[in-house]
Amino acid sequence: MSIDLKTAAHVAKLARIKVEDEALPALAQEFNTILGFIEQLNEVDVEGVEPMVSVTPMRLKRRQDVVADGDYQDRILSNAPDAREGFFAVPKVVE
Amino acid sequence: MLDLTFEAPKPKVIAGAQHDWELVIGLEVHAQVSSNAKLFSGASTRFGAEPNSNVAFVDAAMPGMLPVINEYCVAQAVRTGLGLKAAINLKSAFDRKNYFYPDLPQGYQISQLYHPIVGEGEVLVEMGPGVGRVVRIERIHLEQDAGKSIHDMDPNMSFVDLNRTGVALMEIVSRPDIRGSEEAAAYVVKLRQILRYLGTCDGNMQNGNLRADVNVSICRPGDYERYWQTQDFAHLGTRCEIKNMNSMRFIQAAIEVEARRQIAIVEGGGSVDQETRLYDPDKAETRSMRSKEEAHDYRYFPCPDLLPLEIEQGWVDDIADSLPELPDAKKTRFMGDFGLTDYDASVLTADVDSAAYFEAVAQGRDGKLAANWVINELFGRLKKEYHTMSESPVSADQLGGIVDLITRGDISGKIAKELFEIVYTQGGDPARIVDERGMKQVTDTGAIEAAVDQIIADNPAQVEKVQVNPKLAGWFVGQVMKATGGKANPKAVNQIVAKKLAL
Repeated sequence: MSIDLKTAAHVAKLARIKVEDEALPALAQEFNTILGFIEQLNEVDVEGVEPMVSVTPMRLKRRQDVVADGDYQDRILSNAPDAREGFFAVPKVVE
Repeated sequence: MLDLTFEAPKPKVIAGAQHDWELVIGLEVHAQVSSNAKLFSGASTRFGAEPNSNVAFVDAAMPGMLPVINEYCVAQAVRTGLGLKAAINLKSAFDRKNYFYPDLPQGYQISQLYHPIVGEGEVLVEMGPGVGRVVRIERIHLEQDAGKSIHDMDPNMSFVDLNRTGVALMEIVSRPDIRGSEEAAAYVVKLRQILRYLGTCDGNMQNGNLRADVNVSICRPGDYERYWQTQDFAHLGTRCEIKNMNSMRFIQAAIEVEARRQIAIVEGGGSVDQETRLYDPDKAETRSMRSKEEAHDYRYFPCPDLLPLEIEQGWVDDIADSLPELPDAKKTRFMGDFGLTDYDASVLTADVDSAAYFEAVAQGRDGKLAANWVINELFGRLKKEYHTMSESPVSADQLGGIVDLITRGDISGKIAKELFEIVYTQGGDPARIVDERGMKQVTDTGAIEAAVDQIIADNPAQVEKVQVNPKLAGWFVGQVMKATGGKANPKAVNQIVAKKLAL
């Protein structure tokens, strides 16, 4: 699989990262290097091998169904560039 | 076992300009899990709180914050799966669904694309006595809800409230087994009913706690059967997804409108584009959400913050043992134990609160009489004032008391209605009200005979007429009832009037 300029631009757009046109060839090239490495990994035969998700045997940690957090509107909004009446205020999003 | 007695309903056929068409419908229902805290944080799920107050730093996606799963939400998903006779996957995993929107601070939704917690199940959707569609459930997965954007508070700004961000949702995905708009609405009604019985979702559609995405396509008669034999979607038309509907009425209307749009396109020689659409109830049309199309590239990948979710069979078994009686079983039991009709049993089991109420009234009493009073008097009265079952001013004990008075013959049906009204508006113990207000039915024939004699003596002209026209006996009965304040036993009055007038 090879990433062309159009795909590189699409990926950048999906990630909301602004990439100038002249930077696209280098970006596509980087993608291709990464994908080349993945393809190399794909050569390993892992038939019947359980995917390893952790190097130590760990169980997903659980919490109880207890309200123990939240109730600090001011702290949640403190980094917001704009907040009004308890809401984050953002440029109009039109459906 | 129950399913075998049901015949599948006929698919709905829509006549196009050129041919007949059939519908194929599948639904994705998003049901908010009933829990105190969110899926991955300790913030509250309470509806109607101050904006951005039910938000933990995890929900706001502050750097360095990590999700920790709420075990109860997992139990709720398992309980829902068991209630839909579904396979429970002891190992499931979470994935990130990536997209940008102001009410999604993480920039991704944690969901379960590749390994959902619940696998295949089924729901029986009854469309009438003995007619029912078995809708296959493909999967149920756990995921985070997004926040809420409000667009109408300011002309230039959108306002974002993250209170709902991170609340646990179950996405319940059906197979394309639904064949008409009424069936689709009935499916959501049934699903909602089961969820409410299970206590895993409150089913409040107004608050958005239950909403549905509907996939609609059209096909020619016979195509669906070919799909069914092969499970090959190529036999079906291209589907469109109508997003985010939170009323049964809109679901039904949107499907009708969308089907007609697709038929017009295909009959006009065009082809339907697979896309996401929005239903506009004011204009009664669906329209494309083009903005969603590019964003559809969600780039799912396993969530690196969460290990796979492994649960034990013993834990699942414990949940299975604690399942309540579900609607189908309850309805069958009501018909068997209380001799109720299919219709009455359906009405009484429609809601878990109503069913419990009826059972309390019917316990140790005549089931049919209890059903009549719950359905006709109580439900009727509650409906008139837009009250729900839980707001009923008459307790099951009180209504049971009224039923007892009727069964013992202490009060007539007419007086019982008056008594019900008193208990409904003023409260109190029915037996005591009857005593205190002298509402007891007069079954003492001596007293009735005296009243009849009096009426006959006072109305010689009527007595002459009734000899010619025996139907006028009713007038005498009426007069006696009036004289006794409606408390005379009507059956006894009828007999005595007939006897005295020698009819």
